[in-house]
Amino acid sequence: MKPAVLTGEHFMTGDVACAEGALAAGCRFFGGYPITPATEIAEHISGRLPEVGGTFIQMEDEIAAMASIVGASCAGVKSMTATSGPGLSLMLENIGLAICTETPCVVVNVQRAGPSTGLPTQGAQGDMMQARWGSHGHYEIIALSPSSPQELFYQTIEAFNLSETYRVPVLIMTDEMIGHLSERVVIPEAKAIKTVSRPRARGRKDRFKPFEPGPNGVAPMAIAGEGYRVHITGLTHDERGYPDMTVEGQEGMMDRIVGKIRNNLDHIIQTESYRLDDAEIIIVSYGVSARTSLAAVDEAREQGIKAGLLRLITVWPFPEEKIRELAARVKGFVTVEINLGQIHLEVERSARGLAPCVLVGHAGGTIITPDRVLKALKESF
Amino acid sequence: MTQTTKQIHHPLDDLLRTDRIPHIWCPGCGIGTAFASCLTAMKASGIDLKKTVMVSGIGCTARGAGYVMLDSYHTTHGRAIPFATGMKLANPELNVVVFSGDGDLFAIGGNHFIHGARRNVDITVVCVNNLNYGMTGGQVAATTPLYSKTTTTPAGNPDGPFNLPLMAYAAGATYVSRWTILHTRDMTESIKDALLNRGFAFVEVLSPCPVNFGRRNKESALDSLRLYQEKTIIKNDAHPTELDIDFDRGVILGKFVDIERPTCIDRYDSTCRPPELFNEEKAA
Repeated sequence: MKPAVLTGEHFMTGDVACAEGALAAGCRFFGGYPITPATEIAEHISGRLPEVGGTFIQMEDEIAAMASIVGASCAGVKSMTATSGPGLSLMLENIGLAICTETPCVVVNVQRAGPSTGLPTQGAQGDMMQARWGSHGHYEIIALSPSSPQELFYQTIEAFNLSETYRVPVLIMTDEMIGHLSERVVIPEAKAIKTVSRPRARGRKDRFKPFEPGPNGVAPMAIAGEGYRVHITGLTHDERGYPDMTVEGQEGMMDRIVGKIRNNLDHIIQTESYRLDDAEIIIVSYGVSARTSLAAVDEAREQGIKAGLLRLITVWPFPEEKIRELAARVKGFVTVEINLGQIHLEVERSARGLAPCVLVGHAGGTIITPDRVLKALKESF
Repeated sequence: MTQTTKQIHHPLDDLLRTDRIPHIWCPGCGIGTAFASCLTAMKASGIDLKKTVMVSGIGCTARGAGYVMLDSYHTTHGRAIPFATGMKLANPELNVVVFSGDGDLFAIGGNHFIHGARRNVDITVVCVNNLNYGMTGGQVAATTPLYSKTTTTPAGNPDGPFNLPLMAYAAGATYVSRWTILHTRDMTESIKDALLNRGFAFVEVLSPCPVNFGRRNKESALDSLRLYQEKTIIKNDAHPTELDIDFDRGVILGKFVDIERPTCIDRYDSTCRPPELFNEEKAA
């Protein structure tokens, strides 16, 4: 067996760092389907997984890829897929299955410009709302957005840990720029990497209820073949897992799958602040756009504008409280993202009219330059 | 005289979620018979039931997963096979049985079926074919006979149906058979063989749907059974190209394919795993 954790200093792309992060997190099943600009994740992990006792399969489409990872996770193996916009569109129904059946799994979206086939080789951040609401019905989801290959490595581990902790699919909403960017990535020793596994079923097999929540609202999970003989369905179900076609049944199930996220926001949400303490104008950004915004903050400060950056590491659930707190004391927010206003709307909603909100957006295909951000900082407020 | 009341048990009770009975299947429907055959075959085959999983998609037949006292996964429409594929590859010790209907497996899920067979994933697929979409009220399916009436082909179906065993054979399944729910013993034996076949095993079971298909085609449940009795012929090893369903000409039943070839996992291990690791695993 070769090492799953490639301890050392590397020069690698974000896509490869993502694959290595998955292996370090304990991912041992990947169901994939080729799509630019995410293909390199599948290519890299297809060679690595069999070396560490895992399994890779290229399925017939993204629908099947997503179904296969939900199945593999139900069989007890940490599982992942990676795709881009058109593939995510196809995966959404089975992402909903994972949400409803509370099956941990990780889905990476290396975003490219859409809609439709769009600009396959050029990046964007246009799928943020799709990540939040794309599958039908109401639900809560977790989505992370890394700003460098190094962070993609760590956030992939974090995505698995959150997914296993809360039994929810976790989306890594990266972008073509970060996915294809080659940079130094430092991989620590295996023992320095914290990995989490899902809470497991214990106790009498005949009395086990697969959806009876534990103390943090998350139910312990029985794995196929352990002897619990569970029934798992995408129909609305009760704590026994049995279909329950009533309004009360729907309410109970929704309370559980929504509540386990909403009641643990403090444990889930991560943001990073840059020169925020005395900031009067706050840039809200994520992924590659947060990175290009950094230069704008420094430049603005040099020109006497008190700018700061709130970088969203967790995009969903949205750090609403944080924005609201800041809104009370700042002149305004500038949301920088490669779309025509998605997270911008969330910032605006969370600011509740206490501070004006401006979008620096782009239809997709390239980064947003620091100049454009600086211009907005200078002219907006 | 004293009357003693005796609890009546069904011989399959140990494999049923009895607290979920009565089931949803209509009077005259054949799915219950196919389901009972499947459970009987599971017991008779000697496979480890603790390690046996039933996976289904969406539809009337797919509800079987909700009644079986096994680890059971009722997934999304058409996606039982890729879900089962992930499950089997993640834990090869599991016996994975897909129990679903013709609409689920061959229209929305048709692509997954052929790829499962091509890869020779070691799972068993039992398809109850009632020639239409029963759960949604009787719409045309990829298996509906030419000219049959359904709610979405009120003037008759202008398209012909798939020959399911031919598709399974052509795509690479290692076991292929067809029975009707009237041929209960043959069907049970066949599902047992399919469970024990090491590879992608496929059993098609013809079943009446009197409420949704029969009603619009002047065919009662008993008429269907009469067709199964009078218009079928058992011809093991018949060539799959002969297996079109046309009750005017007669419908061939039997076992058509029963072969061995390396499974998806066999080939993955021997091709993709580093030799030292593969041998180490085999030794263990």
